Amino acid sequence: MSTGPLPEGTPSQLVAAHELVVVGGGMVAQRLVEAFLARLDAAPGAGAWHVTVFAEEPRLPYDRVALTSYFSARDPEELVLGDASMWDDPRVTLHRDCKVDAVDRDARTVTDRLGRVHAYDELVLATGSYAFMPPIPGHDLPGVFVYRTVDDVAALRGWVEQVRSSRGDGVDRPVRGAVIGGGLLGLEAAGALKALGAQATVIEFGTHLMGAQIDLGGGQALKRLINELGIAVRPGSATEKMVADRRSGRVSRLQFGDGGKLGVDVVVVATGVRPRDEVARDAGLEIGERGGVVVDLGCRTSDPHVFAVGEVACIEGRCIGLVAPGYAMAEVVADRLLGGDATFPGADTATKLKLQGVDVASFGDAFARTEGAMELVWADPVAGVYKKLVLSDDARTLLGGVFVGDATPYASLRPMLGSALPGDPGAFLLPEGTGGAPTLELPDDAAVCSCNNVSAGTIRAAVTDHDCTDVASVKACTRAGTSCGSCLPLVKKITTTELERAGIEVSNALCEHFEMSRAQLFDAVRVADLHTFSEIIGRFGVEGTRGCDICKPTVASILASQGNGHILAGEQAALQDTNDHVMANMQKDGTYSVVPRIPGGEITPDGLLVIGQVAKDFGLYTKITGGQRIDMFGARIEQLPDIWRRLVEHGFESGHAYGKSLRTVKSCVGSTWCRYGVQDSVGMAVELELRYRGLRSPHKIKLGVSGCARECAEARGKDVGVIATDKGWNMYVGGNGGFTPRHAQLFAEDLTSAELLRTIDRFLMYYVRTADRLQRTAPWVDDVEGGLDGLRAVILEDSLGICADLDAAMASHVDAYEDEWRAVLEDPDKLRRFGSFVNAPTVADPDLAYVAERGQRRPATPEERAADAPVIAGPRLEVRA
Amino acid sequence: MSATPIERTLVTTTSTTTASSPTASSPTTTTPMTSTPMTVPVCALADLAPERGAAALVDGVQVALFRLADGTVRAVQQLDPYSGANVMSRGIVGTRGDVPTVAGPMYKQVFSLLTGECLDPVGYSPRPGHGPDLVAHRVEVRDGVVHVGLA
Repeated sequence: MSTGPLPEGTPSQLVAAHELVVVGGGMVAQRLVEAFLARLDAAPGAGAWHVTVFAEEPRLPYDRVALTSYFSARDPEELVLGDASMWDDPRVTLHRDCKVDAVDRDARTVTDRLGRVHAYDELVLATGSYAFMPPIPGHDLPGVFVYRTVDDVAALRGWVEQVRSSRGDGVDRPVRGAVIGGGLLGLEAAGALKALGAQATVIEFGTHLMGAQIDLGGGQALKRLINELGIAVRPGSATEKMVADRRSGRVSRLQFGDGGKLGVDVVVVATGVRPRDEVARDAGLEIGERGGVVVDLGCRTSDPHVFAVGEVACIEGRCIGLVAPGYAMAEVVADRLLGGDATFPGADTATKLKLQGVDVASFGDAFARTEGAMELVWADPVAGVYKKLVLSDDARTLLGGVFVGDATPYASLRPMLGSALPGDPGAFLLPEGTGGAPTLELPDDAAVCSCNNVSAGTIRAAVTDHDCTDVASVKACTRAGTSCGSCLPLVKKITTTELERAGIEVSNALCEHFEMSRAQLFDAVRVADLHTFSEIIGRFGVEGTRGCDICKPTVASILASQGNGHILAGEQAALQDTNDHVMANMQKDGTYSVVPRIPGGEITPDGLLVIGQVAKDFGLYTKITGGQRIDMFGARIEQLPDIWRRLVEHGFESGHAYGKSLRTVKSCVGSTWCRYGVQDSVGMAVELELRYRGLRSPHKIKLGVSGCARECAEARGKDVGVIATDKGWNMYVGGNGGFTPRHAQLFAEDLTSAELLRTIDRFLMYYVRTADRLQRTAPWVDDVEGGLDGLRAVILEDSLGICADLDAAMASHVDAYEDEWRAVLEDPDKLRRFGSFVNAPTVADPDLAYVAERGQRRPATPEERAADAPVIAGPRLEVRA
Repeated sequence: MSATPIERTLVTTTSTTTASSPTASSPTTTTPMTSTPMTVPVCALADLAPERGAAALVDGVQVALFRLADGTVRAVQQLDPYSGANVMSRGIVGTRGDVPTVAGPMYKQVFSLLTGECLDPVGYSPRPGHGPDLVAHRVEVRDGVVHVGLA
């Protein structure tokens, strides 16, 4: 360890032979630590290292590229990169909310914002960039934002919501937003404003949008597509000043160089980024002409013990504001720190716009600047499509490309950069269905996933050498597609091709115990009239086996859908998955959350008081769910019956939040109160929820009912969405949120209430019977023969002659419903499984530990446990009423 | 907890299991060892539901007990190395090939109930400070009473 002030921190820090300090906690810093630890693990002789990371933001490194998704996800946790447990590694210390203010290169120390001095042997600067705010008069007015961090996004969202709600004058005028800067980030910001329900106008100084990536032709096509999203574009406009409202002092108008004006309530400035090189400057490191810390191809700065990576590094004479080159630099430094000689492979500047409904991609020499380069263009202004390939002078080698409106060829062409294209290059640009592009056989060294630097050869090897048989396992094995996901279609294609080549049939067998698919097994069980797992595996399973965690819950679901009594009755209990087994949702520390049913989100004040009192008595953390009910967290397994006894006593029943079954029917307040509502959406939601409660299905099912076309219940994000019309109800199917969000599609119009119930009955029952295991309705609808039209034929026209059967099955479900929790409380035999220990059924798990946060308790983190931080002593005793 | 990647490849257990026991005689003896005095009576066999787990406290150590279909009982550590929570007893019991298994209830890793070995990490790594496998404890069932000897 170097001399100088003793670092503070964990003992492991004191015994480590080498101290690596990383200044900055963004995506590239995260990748650096990950890559460094992986190399340490692979090189046992590397000696003992300790890594200290200083992050300015108060959170774990997150996926800044996916920032726009934070508008819909709203959960910063979902943006966390890689395996968050890396930060629990004893070799790593992460200081959040702890910027480094100074570097002393002679003493080899850094000083953090709290004045603490930390010694280093090797230092990596990964401070990234800041959003550049041009000196336009009025840029500091309230209502002017930049777009760089989760906090920026949260502030912008808060502002828009506040502007909307503070109006209160009865005027239904949308919030007016403007984005200054028509680059990649500016367009994403405009999309975000739209997502927030605000208007958006993009102000672009240059001739066209995304001028750094695409040419004028592409820019014009892009403008049309952007306009179709309801976003206005003002190219060739210099913003002269931002003007405040005289009364409120908030930004209210933009004034342009051409004399034009634009009224605004919110402005986002996205005019580019600048490297955060101030600490490096103060430390006397060499700085590039336009900023950034100058590094060589090994990412070393002018000081041999200081490296710089990512956007702050000035490499080959420039700073690069993209994550893939930053990741490449992180790998280089990780290698160099352990004595390697890796060099920066050159920047992959390919980009893809992440804006729903607009496909834009650009890669390589998009502007045909190479000597003798030829441009091959396909443009269809009517369809809003512009595609261009840049080829070498012999029209063979691919140098770059631009895709607007249809970026399908991008994923397979980009890895071909620098290679000769097979056949006629023009074929790649023609629309699908006109002969189509020649099949590409990517060379093994072609990069497929540039975020994680995975080549086509690595993906093939995952199939051939590592026995991966589907995309999920290929992802887990190679990490391809785990960052931005834009390469996933290509990963899937390569995987499937390789599987076919290896003669591996993509099987639909449930698992090693059943050769049937779920739908086949469902029918078999029904026709053979079987009622226990032993009978079913004996008759249809592989002889002599006893099932597994895949087939058992599937059979449990099939039995439950066919009305075989309580899910914890007899042998069925052993089949139930984690949550179903105790009828609650397991949380990260092994305790559970409890969700009583609140049909349609309608609850009396007395009901609220009961839930509040129960949560208080048992010390449970409470949170409103996305499905308009209340979740109580931190219930120990042995507490569940006591909690439910109280809830059931006061008229609550299971909410099935734990089941692959109906979850909630979300509703807006509808015509009973709302001045716009045209039907009683709450009444319908309650009726639907009570009708389908407890229905076991291949995956969870959510419904929504909106009282008018304004769609406040977000019904089109549900498996079944119902939207009121003047004449009745429109029914939508196949929507969901989650990992792959889908909008529900219109299935039938202007149904009466009775017709609606019958149609939903049939839709759900047909889904329950024929969908694959864990297949939600959206992919199931895609898989039904004939798609949505095929489904209409089955359900509305009874083309298979099964509607009477579906109706009867649903009627029997509705008749047989009983509250699962009430039934458990009445049965001492079922209650026995809720003991904590078989030899001490009321003793709480002694390892549970909690800390207080924002007035409630949450599980202590490993650091808090290790530091013996103010942990609330384990499980607390509940007060019984 | 979100229900993430449950599609997965099946591990063809290349039976390197070294635990196959020579004890032949008693069907209720589960692990290959001569009876040692270090076992503690824990519960009645009848207290354990077939093909499901139960947690037990043995000298202050949390243990997960599993009663298999053939009546034998297996014991492994209750701590799930992939989540850090004491939950292994709440996993689903099954088989992979001939090996009796339990699936972690949190992230669905598959462990051998013979040896505690992790047969399929399903793409996860254990938490820092934990190995991938479970500790397997010794179990004897005598006169309908389950005895556990900590490993």
